[in-house]
Amino acid sequence: MKELFKKNKDTLITLGIVTGAYIVIEILLKAGALSSLFKGLLVPLCAYIILAVSLNLTVGILGELSLGHAGFMCIGAFTSAFFSKITVGVINPGWLRFVFAILIGFFFAGLFGFLIGMPVLRLKGDYLAIVTLAFGEIIKNIINVLYIGRDSKGLHFSIKDSVSLGLEEDGQMLINGAQGITGTPKDSTFTAGFILIMITLVIILNFIKSREGRAVMAIRDNVIAAESVGINVTKYKLLAFSLSAALAGVAGVLYSHNLNSLMATTKNFGYNMSIMILVFVVLGGIGSIRGSVISAIILTLLPELLRGLSTYRMLIYAIVLIAMMLFNWAPSARAFRERMVAKLPFFKKKSAEKEV
Amino acid sequence: MRKLGKLTGVVLSAVMAVSMLAGCGSQAKSGAFKIGAIGPFTGDAAIYGLAVKNGADIAIKEINEAGGINGFKIEYNSQDDELDNEKSVNAYNALKDWGMQILVGSTTSGCSIAVSAESSADNMFQLTPSGSAKDCIATPNAFQVCFNDPNQGIASAQYIGSNKLASKVAVIYNSSDPYSNGIYEKFAKEAANQPFEIVSAEAFTSDSKSDFSVQLQKAKENGAELVFLPIYYSEASLILTQSASAGYGFKFFGCDGLDGILGVDNFDKSLAEGVMLLTPFAADATDEKTQSFVKKYQEAYGEIPNQFAADAYDAIYIIKAAIEAANATPDMSVSDLCEAMKVQMGKISVDGLTGLSMTWDEEGAVNKAPKAMEIKNGEYALIQN
Amino acid sequence: MAFLSYLINGISLGAVYAIIALGYTMVYGIAKMLNFAHGDVIMIGSYVVFCVVSMLNLPVWLGILISVLVCTILGVTIEAIAYRPLRQATSSLTVLITAIGVSYFLQNVALLIFGANTKAFSSVVPLDAVKIGDSLTVTGESIVTIIACIIIMIVLTLFVNKTKAGRAMLAVSEDKGAAQLMGINVNKTISLTFAIGSALAAIAGVLLCSAYPSLTPYTGSMPGIKAFVAAVFGGIGSIPGAFIGGIILGIIENLSKAYISSQLSDAIVFCVLIIVLVVKPTGLLGKKLQEKV
Repeated sequence: MKELFKKNKDTLITLGIVTGAYIVIEILLKAGALSSLFKGLLVPLCAYIILAVSLNLTVGILGELSLGHAGFMCIGAFTSAFFSKITVGVINPGWLRFVFAILIGFFFAGLFGFLIGMPVLRLKGDYLAIVTLAFGEIIKNIINVLYIGRDSKGLHFSIKDSVSLGLEEDGQMLINGAQGITGTPKDSTFTAGFILIMITLVIILNFIKSREGRAVMAIRDNVIAAESVGINVTKYKLLAFSLSAALAGVAGVLYSHNLNSLMATTKNFGYNMSIMILVFVVLGGIGSIRGSVISAIILTLLPELLRGLSTYRMLIYAIVLIAMMLFNWAPSARAFRERMVAKLPFFKKKSAEKEV
Repeated sequence: MRKLGKLTGVVLSAVMAVSMLAGCGSQAKSGAFKIGAIGPFTGDAAIYGLAVKNGADIAIKEINEAGGINGFKIEYNSQDDELDNEKSVNAYNALKDWGMQILVGSTTSGCSIAVSAESSADNMFQLTPSGSAKDCIATPNAFQVCFNDPNQGIASAQYIGSNKLASKVAVIYNSSDPYSNGIYEKFAKEAANQPFEIVSAEAFTSDSKSDFSVQLQKAKENGAELVFLPIYYSEASLILTQSASAGYGFKFFGCDGLDGILGVDNFDKSLAEGVMLLTPFAADATDEKTQSFVKKYQEAYGEIPNQFAADAYDAIYIIKAAIEAANATPDMSVSDLCEAMKVQMGKISVDGLTGLSMTWDEEGAVNKAPKAMEIKNGEYALIQN
Repeated sequence: MAFLSYLINGISLGAVYAIIALGYTMVYGIAKMLNFAHGDVIMIGSYVVFCVVSMLNLPVWLGILISVLVCTILGVTIEAIAYRPLRQATSSLTVLITAIGVSYFLQNVALLIFGANTKAFSSVVPLDAVKIGDSLTVTGESIVTIIACIIIMIVLTLFVNKTKAGRAMLAVSEDKGAAQLMGINVNKTISLTFAIGSALAAIAGVLLCSAYPSLTPYTGSMPGIKAFVAAVFGGIGSIPGAFIGGIILGIIENLSKAYISSQLSDAIVFCVLIIVLVVKPTGLLGKKLQEKV
């Protein structure tokens, strides 16, 4: 038992922190001590945490730069929102429908991750980054011209405009091009978000420790060496990449079932979002799952907290972002911090422990 | 050593969390109506959000100087949504924490729809100045100041048809923008009943909105005489420039998004000569109301107001009229206020910058007459017919 | 005939991408970083020209000169403050993120100073459009852009290969450590790279806004991304590659708009990019990556 605990100490600490945060927030929610803004942010926060953690699998564990993570989120969001919209009232109760929606988002995003990963994962570094960025833009572009409607004759598709669907008078638009999907049932809750975060963390932390995860990290550290000991590079790369994509799809499900109006814009599913998720990962520390969780929280809350600054808000946000990066990752800043910490008696012992 | 980084992270997030807790108890009764506005103040669409923010601000200052609504002052707060549906909901919640009772927003359709789901749950009165999609007013608490997209598309097609402006028409629209898409679709539908033919309908997207050579050339190849532009004026100004430099000689026809084209800094106004647009507002209309608004806006912000600013300005006066008709007071709950105002919205008639005697139907859409304008000698001129 | 016209317009569009891509590729080739703020330096450069020429009514050459100066200083400052401290960081991604931060910063500074309203940029190109036959027109802006592009490409290639400073850049790009041992001041060399890259951004800004005369604080971001794509397409780090990549990207974009679908042209451009990279993993003219054991 002790052995088991020791083995999974890090995992358990991370899960413990998240559970603790959940319990505290739930208590505060019940006590009515949370502002509307914070309450409204809870579900998006969960989605961003899942995104950051899942991207860390690609960037930190697999060691490949992806700028198209939002594309997978987009697939998860739209497939699941579409599903929920057509099955509202058909599949009851709501939570069952939501579980199906999550599975659908997971499956389709993972499928696309697999399909896109197969040809492009042999690319390296920035070339892979640009291909993933391109993929994300393609998805966004296609969804913006996708029209699906339903009437008594069944489903109608078009990639031109809603007129060419030829819907009957009482037909219903399901996906309306740039207007996206309106009226997705609001199934996402904070508790659902928390459960999904826990599942994601368990999947990823276990994956890292598993045989497959170790193979993936071996590939990251040295492809040729990994190949020479008989690791199937393509297989493991694809596995990690598809898993990362599928989990991004889950985040998309959470995101889309929290909003009444889902549109694919540059801001929410374009390269802007992909970059934003990458910022979470890099700021939190590449490969550090806990770091991703924390930086996703900080960077999502930061612009909301700066609302009081009105027009200077995004300017200050940019400055804080640069400053945090420099403070956290510049070697000179790290050396400076180390010196400062060395002077504090409390940390002396701990930092020494860490070195072991 | 990484521990310190993480520790700072944990501490920071804890501080943030705590600071977010505060603010809930601010529902205290005050002697003022609290009106909030939402729009994109940063990002690509900042031009529209800032116009709404500023236009509403001018109306509120005027009202407060004149003694307020029913003797109560207005307090005003506005929040940025970065043109993102999710951020728009955040902005709504931030305003709610501030104590907002009435919402002017959101500026854009998608954000407005997303916010209306929240506001209808709270039963808060929502008046969107410029969210023009039909779904913006799907909830009973939401109303529009601007025309909705279907109206504009149908009215444009009818105007072109009944005035025989052209027999072959080309359309250039933004397929990634719901506003543009919405108008185009209704326009295309209505065109079937009109004595003209759409010979080319070409789209562009937000990601490639600088080069229009292909779209213009296609219109030319297909023999179009008139190009319909259901888009915003930033892109339209580029289309006019590129069409002129290629020497195509089209007539152009647009909707309310085109209003403001003459306000683009340093724009060669001769390019816009002869452009026709259906818009409820023109910054150089000669009536006293418009002139005083434009003057105040220019003094305060150094720019000529566009239609978004005028819509927001009207929105505040519409709210004022509804509150006065309902004889409401700021100490009413958000929901009671909404119920009282909702009833009055079906009865009141408001004269504003964007239309005289505006009334609202049961769904919350506005009835007002669009004005057909033509740009002549570098100014908007009303077309009399 | 129509096809030729689409083609020529595509080349004009591509020339604008190419001139931005040159700056991208230059910085990438030497500093090995994706400078996401490049597009925003272009935007600042355009605003400077706009202020000098349209608001102060000073001559165009002075406007361009001031803009080049401002951008050069800006580029070097950004490098010194935001990028240099992170050069030795454990992951090269950290500097990518600060570049994104710088990009947000520049956009919001411009938003606060100049406002969100579109400014119509008056073309600084005195050349009239050239008409060939009935339906073919080539605008003066595209002629100047293409010529400027070719000149810059040749000058850059000569500079990098023939001058001492240029060879120092090559050395730094090959191996920073070894370059330092050979007595090359790495910091200075990278600063110089940023100075040149930003000066190019100023020129690109002037030409971009002359061709598409609409200036907002976000003018630089989308062309920046497209130019980044063009640079990768041609083989990032390769100077002629950026030129070719830009032109091809412009042509594909216009032809797909004309003959396939104007709604899906972005998707088509990116699809072609993916296919090209799958076939040629380092772009059209990129160096072959060698795997070291």
